Amino acid sequence: MSQPAPGDDCRHPLLRVEDLRVDFHTRSGTVRALDGIGFELQRGEIMALVGESGSGKSVTAYAIMGILDAAARITSGRIQFGGRDLLTVGEKAMRSIRGRELAIIFQNPRTALNPIRPVGRQIADILLQHGGVTAAQAPRRAVDMLAKVRIPDPERRAAAYPFELSGGMCQRVMIAMALACEPALLIADEPSTGLDITTQAVIMDLVVELVASHNMATLLITHDLALAAEYCSRIAVMHAGHLVELAPTPLLFTMPRHPYTAKLIAAMPGEAGRLDMLAAIPGALPDLRRPDLPACRYAERCERAAADCREAPLLRLTSADGRQIACRHPL
Amino acid sequence: MTIAAFAGIRRFDGTLRHIAYVLAENPVTGFAFAMFSVFVLLAVFGPSLAPYDPLASDTAQALTGPSAAHWFGTDQLGRDIFSRVVVATRLDLGIAVIAVALAFTAGTLLGLAAGYCGGWADRIIGRAVDTIMAFPLFVLAMGIVAALGNSVANIVYATAIINLPIYARLARAEANVRRSAGFIEAARLCGNGETRIVLTQLLPNILPLMMVQVSLTLGYAILNAAGLSFIGLGVRPPTAEWGIMVAEGASNIISGEWWVALFPGLVLMAAVFCFNLMGDGLRDIVDPLRRT
Amino acid sequence: MLIVRRLATALPSVVGVIIVTFLLTRALPGDPAVYFAGPAATQQAIAQIRHLMGFDRSLPVQFLDYLRHLAHGDLGTSLTTGQPVLRELATRLPASAELTLSALLLSVGIAVPLGIAAALRPGSLIDHACRIITTAGVSLPTFFTGLLLIYVFYYLAGWAPAPLGRLDVYSTPPPHWSGFYLVDSLVAGDFDTFRAALGQLLLPAATMAIFSLAPLARITRASMLAALGSEFIRTARASGLARRRIVYGYALRNGLLPVITTLGMVFSFMLGANVLVEKVFAWPGIGSYAVEALIASDYAPVQGFVLVMALLHVALNLVIDLLYGLIDPRVRLEA
Repeated sequence: MSQPAPGDDCRHPLLRVEDLRVDFHTRSGTVRALDGIGFELQRGEIMALVGESGSGKSVTAYAIMGILDAAARITSGRIQFGGRDLLTVGEKAMRSIRGRELAIIFQNPRTALNPIRPVGRQIADILLQHGGVTAAQAPRRAVDMLAKVRIPDPERRAAAYPFELSGGMCQRVMIAMALACEPALLIADEPSTGLDITTQAVIMDLVVELVASHNMATLLITHDLALAAEYCSRIAVMHAGHLVELAPTPLLFTMPRHPYTAKLIAAMPGEAGRLDMLAAIPGALPDLRRPDLPACRYAERCERAAADCREAPLLRLTSADGRQIACRHPL
Repeated sequence: MTIAAFAGIRRFDGTLRHIAYVLAENPVTGFAFAMFSVFVLLAVFGPSLAPYDPLASDTAQALTGPSAAHWFGTDQLGRDIFSRVVVATRLDLGIAVIAVALAFTAGTLLGLAAGYCGGWADRIIGRAVDTIMAFPLFVLAMGIVAALGNSVANIVYATAIINLPIYARLARAEANVRRSAGFIEAARLCGNGETRIVLTQLLPNILPLMMVQVSLTLGYAILNAAGLSFIGLGVRPPTAEWGIMVAEGASNIISGEWWVALFPGLVLMAAVFCFNLMGDGLRDIVDPLRRT
Repeated sequence: MLIVRRLATALPSVVGVIIVTFLLTRALPGDPAVYFAGPAATQQAIAQIRHLMGFDRSLPVQFLDYLRHLAHGDLGTSLTTGQPVLRELATRLPASAELTLSALLLSVGIAVPLGIAAALRPGSLIDHACRIITTAGVSLPTFFTGLLLIYVFYYLAGWAPAPLGRLDVYSTPPPHWSGFYLVDSLVAGDFDTFRAALGQLLLPAATMAIFSLAPLARITRASMLAALGSEFIRTARASGLARRRIVYGYALRNGLLPVITTLGMVFSFMLGANVLVEKVFAWPGIGSYAVEALIASDYAPVQGFVLVMALLHVALNLVIDLLYGLIDPRVRLEA
């Protein structure tokens, strides 16, 4: 686990997301997917975005990268990165930033790669796009990247197609593509979910090692709290489009302040003594299309909920050390 | 009401609501269903609706344009084109419906047998279907009619044969997929014989997709039959049929008497268009995933 | 390797085609010898024909005879012209080929860009136009479209020449090099003939193209939409690749695969539509040859025509399979 590097100024984080709100316009209504997300990320730090499926973790990631669906509308907020607000720089500038200063790796590596193009060429495409390499040098550099992500026999593998590679190898290729231009920030969207257990650990270790060697900031998106605990210095918990708690990892586990966080920790398989003692969280994520959503979207699942949780606007508290809690009646 | 009946009604109500939803989303489909009803009416009541005798020629009135007396004008023998077009509906639709019915029945049974039994039945039927598909279909129809003789019945057989492979392939694919499905296993365990399983379990499950295909094939069959009669196969003068009417009007077009070929052609187009739209609409009802 | 495998799968189709065409000749009701001898034949002539064509032998033996004739390129003789069927087909094939290829080029040239444009701008005017064309196009009877085009562009507008075949009355065919008048006239440097041939070609090619435009545009649009929405495109966007490369390099290559498969279906249609279009435009190709023979109850040319068309169809589908394999490595490399 890496700490913010000494000398890093907490007043100039690498990434600062402020009051991000994202809506999706669908046939069956407007989905208020993100409602006021805000956090900071320092250079060299690994932070986790944790939550159930549908909590808005991927939406946050895609909003930062600027690759949201056409049906999405960013209704307010700022995303400060490298001194610019990514939401106002325009598509042309974003295209230059994506892949070069900001990168993302996806779940399901095999489907995330072009099935009819050799993997080496896909890496070379990125290198050529962002400049600094000539057409003659690109193939060589692609092979170098493959070696860097520890793919055996990289020369031969560079000519392979994704369907000829295993899931783990495809994920390594994705990592190579993401890191090819040495970005400052890497977003990893459930990078190991589609892989088997052993490969999961190997891939995560690889990511962490490469990220550390380049002093890259990483935003790890996962539904697996244990994974977040193992690799990240800070964890942000998301629920139904809200960031309900953000704390350094050891503090989160010893002193969770949001009822949802406590429930999540209790639900981890390691916590249960026996299979039939697995704790569950009652209820499900609320339908984000409802016009009558309570102010705190966890209120309907929460045992501590009071009347003001539903009516009064969501209370967000940020302490000086960066901890966040969004609850009127924290633990 | 018993629970079963109640469940049945709920399901039907659900289906109706789904159909209403699709029709509301897609007024074009509703329009297609309306057109379809018009054609069916014409086919059934055509001869009684026609103002003139379709075969009665009146050379004094030959080649007059559309007028109040003759809505679609008259052809080179003075026959009323509107009456002929209306009466032809029965023949064209009739040929298409019978041909598709034959293709559907034979094709589905063969396909189910191939997909469900596998083995040599699958291989033989597969080869036969592949051989039919190796021919350009209209050319094969020509060859069949040439070989069997120039009659309307043979047009029907030829159209049926060239449309058989679609159903055979569809049925075979579906049967293959469901062969080892849970509900089939369950039926087998209950002691149902194989034939019974195929007919009572498999068939109802693939029927919706087949219905979509039937509608699309009807459009294609009408085009086919009209095409064959355009080149002189099957229907002979003075019978009224859309394809042959277009053929008769072809020479007139060059000299400017456009109505002889245009009206039969337009009605032909409308019929095919109607079946295609219906097929698309049915597809949306049955399998929204396949929408294009 | 792929070529050998594909050839092997095409072989049973060829065998099937030959068997079916053989059966078609023998399925004639009544005495086949009467049909092949013609309506004016005497009893003696009929008996001669019966013996000559082997109708008096058993079916398997007849089949072997048939195969032997095929191997020698003998498809029989036309009653109406007295010429060997194969030679007549060969002479008239270039006319049909020129028509079909032009129609194909026209069709693909309009349908694919239209489908791509519609996919890139969903909900726009182009998208709606594409949808209308697609649904309406498949309903147009080819022969009717041809007549409509003649009426509008020849009779009303006077732009198109009279539909009297490959050339107008003032031109003579260019010296034979490929049989394609467009190519041959350019080779000979004869631009007047080129223009005349092109003028005559436009309407019939457009007629054939209009029908096949619909399925091609529909498939292009659908598969481009699917390709553009797929995950690897999201990765490409996230990597900051230029839009041009994403759309044409990544999405299009993937999106074209179903289009190539559809080309097979389009060919099947076109080989049949040939017959209708040649009749409407008096085009001297193999389609009109077969129709004339059919009307005259001259059966040998019809059977020769069916056989040749089927073999062409099998060959074209083979080419399409190979083309597909060229673009999609999954087909090429999987064991």
